[in-house]
Amino acid sequence: MSDGPETQAVPTTDPAPAGAARWARLLGAVAVVVGLPLLARWAYTFMKDGDANRFAVVGVAILLGVLGVFALFWLMDEIVDRLPHGWREGARPYVFVGPALVILSVFLIYPVVNTVILSFKDRSGDSWVGLDNYRFVFTDESMLRSLRNTGLWIVVVPAVALTIGLLFATLADRLQRGESLAKSLIFLPMAISFVGAAVTFRLIYSYRPAGFGTNIGVLNAIWQGLGNEPVPWLTEKPWNNLMLMVIMVWMQTGFAMVVLSSAIKAIPEEITEAARIDGATEWQVFRHITIPSILPTIVVVTTYMVINALKVFDIVFVMGSPENNGTEVVAERMLTWFFLRNNDGYGAAVAVVLFLAVIPVMVWNVRRFRAEEAIR
Amino acid sequence: MSVGERRKAGWFVRITILVVVLIWIFPAAGVLITSFRPEAASESTGWWTSLAHPFRAGEWTIENYRSVLDAGGFKNALLNSLAVVLPSTVIPITIAAFAAYAFSWMEFRGRQVMFVLVVALMVVPLQMALIPILRLYTGGGELFGMTVFPDLDLNGTFLGIWLAHTAFGLPLATYLLRNYIGSLPSSIIESAKIDGADHFTIFTRLIVPLSVPALAAFTIFQFLWVWNDLLVAYVFLGGTRDNQVVTIALQGLAGSRGQSWHLLTSAAFVTMALPLVVFFSLQRYFVRGLTAGAVKG
Repeated sequence: MSDGPETQAVPTTDPAPAGAARWARLLGAVAVVVGLPLLARWAYTFMKDGDANRFAVVGVAILLGVLGVFALFWLMDEIVDRLPHGWREGARPYVFVGPALVILSVFLIYPVVNTVILSFKDRSGDSWVGLDNYRFVFTDESMLRSLRNTGLWIVVVPAVALTIGLLFATLADRLQRGESLAKSLIFLPMAISFVGAAVTFRLIYSYRPAGFGTNIGVLNAIWQGLGNEPVPWLTEKPWNNLMLMVIMVWMQTGFAMVVLSSAIKAIPEEITEAARIDGATEWQVFRHITIPSILPTIVVVTTYMVINALKVFDIVFVMGSPENNGTEVVAERMLTWFFLRNNDGYGAAVAVVLFLAVIPVMVWNVRRFRAEEAIR
Repeated sequence: MSVGERRKAGWFVRITILVVVLIWIFPAAGVLITSFRPEAASESTGWWTSLAHPFRAGEWTIENYRSVLDAGGFKNALLNSLAVVLPSTVIPITIAAFAAYAFSWMEFRGRQVMFVLVVALMVVPLQMALIPILRLYTGGGELFGMTVFPDLDLNGTFLGIWLAHTAFGLPLATYLLRNYIGSLPSSIIESAKIDGADHFTIFTRLIVPLSVPALAAFTIFQFLWVWNDLLVAYVFLGGTRDNQVVTIALQGLAGSRGQSWHLLTSAAFVTMALPLVVFFSLQRYFVRGLTAGAVKG
């Protein structure tokens, strides 16, 4: 470990460093204490100034965001160094975890509590309305459709993505070469946004009624090539829901495949070879050795894909008019009611429904963590 | 040897894999090819027809990209996305790394309870946080008559969205980094302490360099998550032309020019370009980051 001159000058055990260095550090600390808030204030006003040069604003934003945080930790640590000797090491851990705890409290813990409270209040959060918002969630026609659709999403998407991913991982495992390329290409859609994927598939589903020009969407081109009338895939109820789910399957299969592939590769070669020598067919090996060995991984992958599908919003939102098309999903309803229709009460109640759905996973995570800690 | 032979891929397996891969790249290929076709062509014929005569004069153009970047405002949106994504990645990872170090190597009261809280917060849907945070941003927050969160009017500012992304990425980052930093051998930390290094020095000089793989994995995950995010940007940054990030710009274009495929596809590809570069250049870290990050709420 190479120590810079700065850290050697002030080891924590030495309460009185040499005079000049001490003054320099004190001045530096004062400059930081005074300068940092001033700088932050200037940057805050600057970044809100609509007329300022975009490049300059972005530059300040990046510099402040990146350097500001590190400076904050450094400053707090310096302050702790100046505390009475006995307090220092007691206070220091809170310097390290403090910012994380403050942010989690303000931006996650308080909001969770607040959202639950707001779900019992009216649209502006002023007066109590009892269970009215929840009554809306479970009686409104469009809400009910969103619950049904989300129910379908969390079953269909993980099931299809997992099946394709598992089969592909198993088959690709046998390629002599090209395995990593093939896996990369399946994984690639994970890199792009839901919005980008939605636009990509809008092109595929693009529709022009017969007599209104050539269909430039590949699905209708094939469909017409087979001698059928063109179909408006995205408005054809209820199948349009499946058309949207295809997009998420396209995006998530790569994830399932990569994770399962590494689990499959972790199965000891001796076990599968022994089974083959005993005359097991490839299907029997897959069914009785591969699947049971990777079952824990399958459970984890499924859980996370279910959570993802539960919160799907962008795809439906970008495709447009979910209410007319009957493609509402719960997370999309939440945004629609809270943000577009300014009803915080409805929005909060819908969010709480999502939250309740993930609580089992939360409990499971904590339990699993506790069990792991017990072994450590 | 015959046993080993049987495991190798026959023609059936190879063709199946080839077909699946072709199906998988087909949608993205359509976007890429359409984005380089002139407006008249993409309006009247399917993009696959260009594959039949790829070298015909006037078959390809970069005009779509020019109009999307300049008139479409995507140049500005790219800049905004960068201004959102860089701090939104660095801030949570810095804060989480300090916290993870404390959770692993420092003794303090409430350590276990606090960390269990972090684990629990990992899967909280961020929909639960949107309404209260927006209310804090637009009206401040009071607790028992005391202002605990000043009304900074953070709505629509970069600072506001950094803080939101920081909070949403923090539980996962802390969890991953704590698992990694906690598994470093205690002997190196003990010997650094004997040499007189304090916690801050140990952290910056020893822990950070040793944790590069974990830091890189989370950095990539968070980078992609923020870059590709629509929801948080939509709520906290808004859709004004000055402020919009690439996902918002693309969503807006899909709403207003939903049939202008020459523009939509090139805009879509503009938003995908950077993640794809990251994907191809840092693939190993990328996969590790995404698979580790799948637990995010």
